[in-house]
This record gives sequence, C-alpha cells and structure tokens, in this order.
Amino acid sequence: MSEQELAPPLSTATSSKAMIGALGLAATICGLIIVTAYEGTLDAVARNKKIATERAVFKVIPGAKTIREFVATTGGIQPAGPSEAENGVKFYAAYDQGGALKGVAAEGSAKGYADEVRVLYAYDPKRQVITGIGVVSMHETPGIGDKILTDPDFQKNFEALDVHLTDDMKTVANAIKVVKHGTKQHPWEIDAISGSTVTSKAVGKGIRDSTEKLLPLLLPKIDKLSEGKPT
Amino acid sequence: MIPGKNPPSNWSEFIEGLWQRNPIFVMVLGMCPTMAVTTSALNSISMGLATTFVLAASCWMVSLLRHFVPKEVRIATYIVIIATFVTVVDYAIQAISLSLYDALGAYIKLIVANCLVLGRAEAHAARNKPMAALYNATGMGLGFTLGLFMIGGVREILGAGKLFGLSLFGPHYQPWVVMVLPPGGFFVMAGWLMLFAVVRARKARGNTPATLAEGAQNA
Amino acid sequence: MHDSVGQILITTILSGNFVLAMFLGMCPFLGVTHSVKVAFPLGLATTFVILMASLCAYLLNLVLIPLHMEFLQLICYITVIAAAVQLVEMFAKKQSPELFRALGIYLPLITTNCAVLGVALFQTARNYSFVQSLTFALGGGVGFTLALVLLASVRERVRFSKVPNAMMGTALTLMLAGVLSLSFMGFAGLGGGE
Repeated sequence: MSEQELAPPLSTATSSKAMIGALGLAATICGLIIVTAYEGTLDAVARNKKIATERAVFKVIPGAKTIREFVATTGGIQPAGPSEAENGVKFYAAYDQGGALKGVAAEGSAKGYADEVRVLYAYDPKRQVITGIGVVSMHETPGIGDKILTDPDFQKNFEALDVHLTDDMKTVANAIKVVKHGTKQHPWEIDAISGSTVTSKAVGKGIRDSTEKLLPLLLPKIDKLSEGKPT
Repeated sequence: MIPGKNPPSNWSEFIEGLWQRNPIFVMVLGMCPTMAVTTSALNSISMGLATTFVLAASCWMVSLLRHFVPKEVRIATYIVIIATFVTVVDYAIQAISLSLYDALGAYIKLIVANCLVLGRAEAHAARNKPMAALYNATGMGLGFTLGLFMIGGVREILGAGKLFGLSLFGPHYQPWVVMVLPPGGFFVMAGWLMLFAVVRARKARGNTPATLAEGAQNA
Repeated sequence: MHDSVGQILITTILSGNFVLAMFLGMCPFLGVTHSVKVAFPLGLATTFVILMASLCAYLLNLVLIPLHMEFLQLICYITVIAAAVQLVEMFAKKQSPELFRALGIYLPLITTNCAVLGVALFQTARNYSFVQSLTFALGGGVGFTLALVLLASVRERVRFSKVPNAMMGTALTLMLAGVLSLSFMGFAGLGGGE
C-alpha cells in the first residue's frame, strides 16, 4: 500500500454552503411573496366571507336586517371574537328593523354523495322549530343530489321541523330522522327526495348533529341574545 | 440547439404550447385537475388561467435564478417557487370569488403537484432566458386552458345541457349525468383523443403515394 | 368531521377512491399501469409516502395553526413530501436495485403525485384527528394501489385483444379507466353513515 497521501479528488459537487445559500435565498424571496399576497388579500377575503354569510342568513331568515355572530359554550354565550373558544358552537343571531330577535341561524354539515354538504338552518327559539334551510356548499350530483336546492317538497320539510328540547333542556327530545319519500309521519322527520337518499340523509345528519350540540347550550341562555341593541 | 438553426423566436415559443405540444392532448400532463375540475366550462377556464399564472410566474422566476441554483437542489428550489405562486393564486381566487373558490376546491392547491408546471420548469425554464421562458410557459398554460375548455365544454353540454351556465336545450333536456361525474371525464378525454387519431389517420392516408397519384390522375 | 375509522377506510378505498373518484394520482395511473409487476410496488411506495406526508402534515399543523401561519401550509407540505420521497429513493436503491431501476423516473415523480399532497390537504380541510388522518392516509394508499393494480391487470390482458387503431394508446387506457370508475360508483353511499 502506498504511503503517499492520495490526492484529493477534484471536487465537482457543489459545496453545502452554496446549496443552503441558494435554498435560503429562494425560501426568503418566496416567503416575502407569500406574506405579501396573504396580507394583501386578507381584507377582500374577509369581506367576501361576510357578504356570503349575510346573504345566506338573510335568505333563510326573511325580514332580518342585521346579524351578529356568537359562540355558544358550556360557559354561556359570547360574541364571536378572533380567538375561538375550544368547544364552542358558532351561530348567528338575526335581528329585524326594530332590533328584536328574529331568529337564529347555524351551520350543519355531513358527508353526502361526493363531498361535504353544508347547510345553514334557521331556528325559531320561541316555537323551537327549524323554519328553513339554505345550502351553503355542496358538490352533489347535478340533476340528482342538487335537487335539495330546488325540490319544493323537500324544502317544505323544513318549514316547521320540530327540534324541541326535553324539559331539562339537556337534549333534543326527538332526534331528526330522514325517512323514505312519502312516509313522513312526525314533525321531526324529513321526507327524503326519492332517488337522492344519500344527499337527503346528509342534510338531515348535518342538521341533527348541529342542533344536538347547539340547542342545549343556546336555549337556556336565549334571553342574552335579545339584550342590548345590535351595533 | 441544432447548429445553423436560429434560436426559436418568442412567438414560436408561445405557439408551441398552444397546439403542437398541447399539454393535455399531446403531452398528457397535468391530468389530475383535468379530470376533476372540467365539470363545467367556467370551472375549466378558471382552473386553466390559474395554472397559466402559476406556470408563467414560476418559469419566469426559475429562469431568473437559473444561474444561482446549484443542480443538486434545483428540484427542491423549483418546488418551493411553484408552491409560492400557487399560494398566491389560492388567496387571489378567494379574494375574487368565494363561489369559484368553492367550486374548484382543493384542486387549486394541487396545481403545485401538476406535472406540467414542474416539468416545464425543469425542461425549459432552467435552460432559457426569462423572456423566452415566460412566453413558452404562457403558451403552454393557454394550451392547457384550451384543452381543459374542450373537455369541460363537452361535459357541461352533455351532462347538464348548458354552456357557461346558459341552458342550451331548454328545460326538458334529459342530462347525460355520467358526463359530469368522474367516469365522464375519462370518457370525454378518450373521445377527443380518438377523434384526433381518426383525423390524423385520414390525413396520413390522404398523403400516401397511391392516393396522391390518384388525385393527379383525376385533376 | 366526525367520521369513524371504519367509515373513512371504506370511503377512501371504495366509494371515494382517490384515483377513480377524486382523480388524484392520475400521472402514474395512466403512465405506469402497463404491468402489474411495476404497478404494485409503486402503489406500495406511494402508500408509504402518503402515510409519511399525512403524519408530517398533522405535526406541522400543530405548529402552524396556533401561530396563525396557515399560508405556509402548502410550501411546508410539499417540502416534507419531497424529503420523504428522497428517503424512499435511497432506501429502494439500497434494498432492491432492480426494483429501483424498474420504477425508474416514476419514483421521484411520487413527489408530484396529487394523491400524496391531496391527502395532506384534505385531512387539513376536514379537520381530522390524528387517528382519522392516519386512517385516511392508509385507506387512500390502499385505494390507490387497488386502482393501479386493477387497471394494470386489465391492460395486460387487453394487449392480446384486437383494438381499433383510433383507440390505441392513451385513449384506450382512458376508456378502461372510465369503465373502472363507473363500476366503483356502485359503492356510493357505502360508509356514508346514518
């Protein structure tokens, strides 16, 4: 074996410093671009979301003039703020021209045929019924699943959907059930659209899950919503 | 570069991606959004334009930095650049129209995984000047948009009886619903490819010596 | 969302199959399914990367969300995926060089496989818990491999059939994929839950 030092091979590979430097430079430039884009669009996005929400709530609670957003937690009802309460349920309180509470709206969602189906439902705390729904987003099959938007018989299900609570206000007395088209017997049942059972069931499940979480937290404290004039 | 051949002009860079090397029908790249988002003509064009923006901006930036990026980390760098512009376009669409954003869904962010973008950055932008890269990328992007529109348009017409939301056949049209469902995407694209194959075969047959001679005889 | 583990598995493998219903992972689906011998290992490699991506995405979000830096999600996800693919490549090169050569360019292409990034994105959008995320990733990978192997088996047999000239090549693959997708639609509603 030679005792000479083997000459170091000609280095053709780039040094680690150069690689890290290049990546670092690219990452910094890109980071700046992303943050600029994010900050630049933040206002517009927030505005769009607000407009979309208002439109949906006004549609589902006709006669409403202003909306306030709240979060219902086990500790009570608080106005919705930038920091979300861990297990709070968001909902909207709608007031008419005179400032009186017109109704409450909240979102429910469940998996339908294709993806999530999100519905906004209107709740009347005095009669303890759901008075209407609006579909916020869905990707259901056009011509079949999207009938939940247009079918008038399906919409009729939600004109007085019973969601009254038990006397101790701990749970919804009768869980919402989606039944086969034409077999609706009780006010807490929903007649599915014939041919789109999966999508109809998703609507029912979404509302059921949401009401079971929200109403026991909301109803006992409902008077808090009527206090004070909305801004 | 072929010796003696002039470097491609900006115009030919642009045109290349529009038809001759159309990303969808010729190179078969960027299939994920192609199948998923082409349920309507409007969605197709929006997705196409979003991709074009990402493609153009990324290729331009890759080309600008091409001498500074060591070859070992080039893919990682390209990906970071592409992801940046996809994030930008994601927020931009949210700011423009929430309903469009909802319709396109997660596929906007998936532009980052679109083989077309990374492929062009690696194959073209890394070896060419920024302006050439920009023209080529824009051309490819528009070709992609055209391909998306061709598929999306057919799917919307057959599957919903509409184009751009305008009803074409009136309220009594019985929609061919499968066309706007996942299988429809496969079938419509296959349909276009078959059509092109038939046209190409006809053209090739028309140029064979036998038929040419025939044509000369009949002239 | 409150899907159970069983529901998630059934949905991702059958009714919401990543390839046939959600159109993720199209490039390898159309490109590598000429033989089952190559399609199956690629499916497994992709499943592994998907699992890693899902895990890392979940961990990343534990940091990004409290810091309100969601806009960095995309860039972080894709970087993590690229790193995971590098790992898989090095592992494959060492353990099984013939497989490495057979998979060729498609191994690094797992980085741009929409299925991998898609898993990270969807599990974030649906707010899945840790267990749900991993189940989703596992189901996604299995469904992906299933679709790949199914198409590869069909294509292998079709090689011996007489096919009209216009249909040869990608058009035929797409038609086969369409029929496969159509058949999987029969699983719709399975795992939807009441």
